[in-house]
Amino acid sequence: MSQEGMNGVPHRGKVLTVDNMNPNVKRVEYAVRGPIVQRAVQIEKELKEGVKKPFTEVIKANIGDAHAMGQKPITFLRQVLALCSYPELLNDNKFPEDAKNRAQRILQACGGHSIGAYSASQGIECIRQDVSRYIEKRDGGIPSNPDNIFLSAGASDAITTMLKLQVSGEGRNRTGVMIPIPQYPLYSAALADLGGIQINYYLDEDRCWALDVTELRRAVTAARQHCNPRVLCIINPGNPTGQVQSRQCIEDVIRFAKEEHLFLMADEVYQDNVYAEGCKFHSFKKVLFEMGPEYSSTVEMASFHSTSKCYMGECGFRGGYMEVINLDPEVKAQLIKLVSVRLCPPVTGQALLDLVVNPPQPDEPSYTTFIKERTAVLAALAEKARLTEEVFNTVPGIRCNPVQGAMYTFPCITLPQKAISQAKEKGLAPDMFYCMKLLEEMGICLVPGSGFGQREGTHHFRMTILPPTEKLKIMLDKIREFHQKFTQEFS
Amino acid sequence: DRHGAAAGLTQGWHLSHTTRQNIRNSELAPLGMRAWQIKDELRQGARKPYKELIDVSSADPHRAGVKPLSFVRQVLAVCYYPQLAKSDKLPADVRQRAQRLLGTCAGGSAGSYCPAGGIPEIIDIVCEFISRRDDGVPSYPENIFITSGAQRAFVEILNILVNTLRSPITGVLTPCPSYPPGNMAVVMLGGAVVPYYLDEEQGWELKIDELHRALESAKGVCDPTVLYVINPGNPTGHVQSRKSIEEVIRFASEKRLFLMVDEVYQDSVFEQESRFVSYKKVLAEMGPPLSHTVEMASFHSVSKGFIGECGLRGGYVELVNVDPSVMRNLYTLMSRDASTTTGQLALDLMINPPQPGDPSYPLTAITLHISDLRVLEVLNSLPGISCQPVKGGGYALPRLHLPPGAIQKAKEVGMLPDYFYCSRLLEETELCVGAGSENGQRESTYHIRYRQSSDEVLRRLTSFHIQFMKDFS
Repeated sequence: MSQEGMNGVPHRGKVLTVDNMNPNVKRVEYAVRGPIVQRAVQIEKELKEGVKKPFTEVIKANIGDAHAMGQKPITFLRQVLALCSYPELLNDNKFPEDAKNRAQRILQACGGHSIGAYSASQGIECIRQDVSRYIEKRDGGIPSNPDNIFLSAGASDAITTMLKLQVSGEGRNRTGVMIPIPQYPLYSAALADLGGIQINYYLDEDRCWALDVTELRRAVTAARQHCNPRVLCIINPGNPTGQVQSRQCIEDVIRFAKEEHLFLMADEVYQDNVYAEGCKFHSFKKVLFEMGPEYSSTVEMASFHSTSKCYMGECGFRGGYMEVINLDPEVKAQLIKLVSVRLCPPVTGQALLDLVVNPPQPDEPSYTTFIKERTAVLAALAEKARLTEEVFNTVPGIRCNPVQGAMYTFPCITLPQKAISQAKEKGLAPDMFYCMKLLEEMGICLVPGSGFGQREGTHHFRMTILPPTEKLKIMLDKIREFHQKFTQEFS
Repeated sequence: DRHGAAAGLTQGWHLSHTTRQNIRNSELAPLGMRAWQIKDELRQGARKPYKELIDVSSADPHRAGVKPLSFVRQVLAVCYYPQLAKSDKLPADVRQRAQRLLGTCAGGSAGSYCPAGGIPEIIDIVCEFISRRDDGVPSYPENIFITSGAQRAFVEILNILVNTLRSPITGVLTPCPSYPPGNMAVVMLGGAVVPYYLDEEQGWELKIDELHRALESAKGVCDPTVLYVINPGNPTGHVQSRKSIEEVIRFASEKRLFLMVDEVYQDSVFEQESRFVSYKKVLAEMGPPLSHTVEMASFHSVSKGFIGECGLRGGYVELVNVDPSVMRNLYTLMSRDASTTTGQLALDLMINPPQPGDPSYPLTAITLHISDLRVLEVLNSLPGISCQPVKGGGYALPRLHLPPGAIQKAKEVGMLPDYFYCSRLLEETELCVGAGSENGQRESTYHIRYRQSSDEVLRRLTSFHIQFMKDFS
C-alpha cells in the first residue's frame, strides 16, 4: 500500500469529500497555528538540514507559550505534580512539607489514589471546592458554589462547550454571538464550526482598545435583522489587544447584557497579567454582585480561567475552569451531560489548577520561593510590555497602544499602497504578505492582524512579548529594520 | 427549543437508547454517584455489611486499585520536575527517557503547547509502533493525530463526517452493546445512531447479516455514512477474527461507509487463538482496490492496555485513504485546541517500553486481564446468570435471567430491571457494577458489566446473586 496509493486516489470515488463533509468545517480557521506557522516550521526544518538563511533560528512570537520562550516553571507547582505522579517521592526529604500535603490531598481525591484514574466529568470535587474558595477570596467574599464550577481542559474546552450549548435555531432565529474585533480566533473558529452567527463589535483603537457600549448597541441592533443575538463574549484583559477594562466599563457591559437579554461570557484567563499603572483587573462576577440583586440574580454568565497564562504559563497541562452564574437548572443538567461526552479533563491539569487556586501561604515553607518566582515572572512581563511599546512607537509607520495586560502587542502598521496591491495579486491579506516576508527575511514568526479581525483598511500584527528580554530587544530591532526596509521597497 | 446541542442530546439520547422509557434525567451515572456516597459513609464510620466499597463498574484499572507502572510514573515525575534527574535514585533509563522526551518539548518544558497534530518525534515513534505491530505495513506521520484521549479524535472526525445540513441526517452504524460515550458523541453532533446487534449466543460476534439488516432499517430515516466498530469489543470482550474483519471491510466498501475502528483494547487479548489483528493490517493485506480505497480511522489510547492511564488523556488516530483536502481541514480542526503534553509523553512510554537490558525491564506486570476461567465457570453454574467467554477487552458482561418477580419489583420502584439488580447489589454488598442498559442490549434482555479484579468481587457477587434469585423466585 503505497503512500500515493493511499492518498492519491481520485476524489470522485471517496466516501468523504470536502463537498459532502460537514460544511461548517470548511469555514474554520485558526490563524495562531495557521499557514504562517506551518511555513515557520518548514523553515526550521530547512535550517536543521543546513540550508543557509539570513538568520540561524526562527523566533516564534506567534503563540502565547511562555515556556517555549524560556520562561521557567514555578518550582512549587512542578514539585507537587512530580509527587502526584510518583507518590514514592513522598518519602524523599528533599521535597517540602507543603508540597507533600498538597499532593496527598489531591491523590486522596482521585480514584484509586491515582492521577491515572478518570475523574468525574465535572472535575474532582475537592478541587472544585478549592476553586470556589479562591473565587470567593478574590472577589471579596462573594459566595461561589462548587456545583457551578466546571473544570476543563484549558479555558478553550469550556468556552467551546458553552458556545455549543447555546447555538441553535434556524434561519433568522439562528443564535448570534457577539465577539470583540480584534478577537482571539478560538471564538470565530468555534462559531464557524457550530454554524453560529458571528456578530462583530469593534474595540476602539484610538482609545487604547476601549470597549464602547454604543458600539455594542450598534452591533446588536444591526444583528437582530438577520439572527437571534443571545451571547456576548468579552475578553478581559484582552487578547490580542491587551486592554484592561475599567470597572465602569464592566458595569456598563453588564447593564447592556441585561437590557438586551444576552448571556455573558467573560474570558478572564489573563487576570494576573496586568502591567499598566492605574489598571486593575475587576472580575465580572464581582462587579455583577456589587451591582445588587436586580442584576446578580438575573444576568446569566460564565467566566473562564486557565493555567496556561498568568505567571504559570503551563499551556501543556490543559488546566482550567469555568464558573456559571444564574444558569437555568435544566440547561445545567444538559451541560453536565455535554461535558460527560469528553469523559474528563486531564487530571494533571486539574491538579495543577488546584495549586494555582491554593498556592503556598505565608506560614508555609515554599512561600518565599514561590512569591519570588511569581513576582519575577510578572515583573519581567511588565518590563517587556513597556519596552515593546516604547520601541515600536519609535518606528515611523508602526503605532503601538500601551500593552496594559495579557502577553501580546497588536500594533497598527502602515503599509504602502504598492505592497497592498502586490498582496492582493498574490491573494494574500496585506498584513499576511508583510508577515510572510518578515518570516522569510528575518526568521521572526508573527500572526497577521487579519487573523484576529480589524477595521477595514487597517493592518496589524500580533507579537507575543514572551521571548527573554535580550532576545526581545533583538527581535524589536529586527522588526524596526524590516519595517523601514519594507516601506522603502514598496514606496 | 432554546439550546442547540443540549436539545439534540436529550432528544437524540432518548431516540437512540434502547431503553428510553424509564430513564430518569440523572440516570447517566446514578450507581457511580451512589457508590461515591457509600464510600464517604464508610469513611465516616457508617456500619455496613462490608468494610470496603469495591467499584468495578468502570474499566478504569487505577480506580479499581491496580497500581500504575513505576517506569511510566518515574519518567513523568522527572519530566515535570527535571531536578530529579540529578539524583541517581532513579534508574538510568528513566532519566535518559525523560531527557529525550523533554528534548521534544518546546523550551524543554512539559508545560509548553504541543504542536498541532502532536509532537513530531512522538508521531514518528507511533508510526514505527504501528508498522512493527502490523508486520511492516507502513504508517505515515501526516496521517496521525495525537489527541487528549482517543475520544477527542473520535469526536473531531465524527464532526467532519456528520453533515447536519443535509436531509436525511447522517447515520452511524454502531454496535449494540456499545461504548456509551461513542454513541453520545454521534447524538451530540446531530447524527443518528443506527444500532446493529452483536450476537450474544455466539460470543457477541459481529454478523454481516445483521449489518445488512441495520442498514435496511435506516432507509428513509437517515443516511448511513459511517460504520463504527469496536475491536476488541467494549463491553463485550469479543475479539474479531481476521475473516470477520475482512467481511466488515468488504461490507464498508460495498455500502460506501467510512470505517471508524476503536482498537483501544488491542493490548488486552487473553486467549492464544484470539490474537489481535488490526483493521489496517487486514486492509493492507487484502490488496488493491480495497487497500487503496476503503476510508478508515483507527483509534488507540493510553487509557487501557497494560498502562491503563485513563486520567492522563493520551491517544491517537490514524487515518487511511482519506481525501487530502479533507485531511487539511482536519488538521485545522485539530489545531484549535492543543492536546495535553502529559498524554503525549504517556503514549511514548506505552508504545516504546523498556527493552531487555534496560534497568527498568521488565515492567512489573499489571494484571489487567479478566481471563479467569474459574469466574466464568462459577457464574455459568449459577441459576439466572450466564456469561459468554471473555476473549479480550476490559469487562465481563454476564447476562441476567431475571425472574418475573424481580422485573415486576423493578417496575414498581421505577427502575430498569438491571439497574434494580445493580442497585441492590451495591446497597447490600458494597460492590458497584455497571448496568447493561447503559451500553444498550436487545429488548427484554438484562446484563451487568464489571471489570473483575479479585476473588472478593466474585465472592460478593455470587452470594448476592444466589440470595436475590431466592428472594424473587
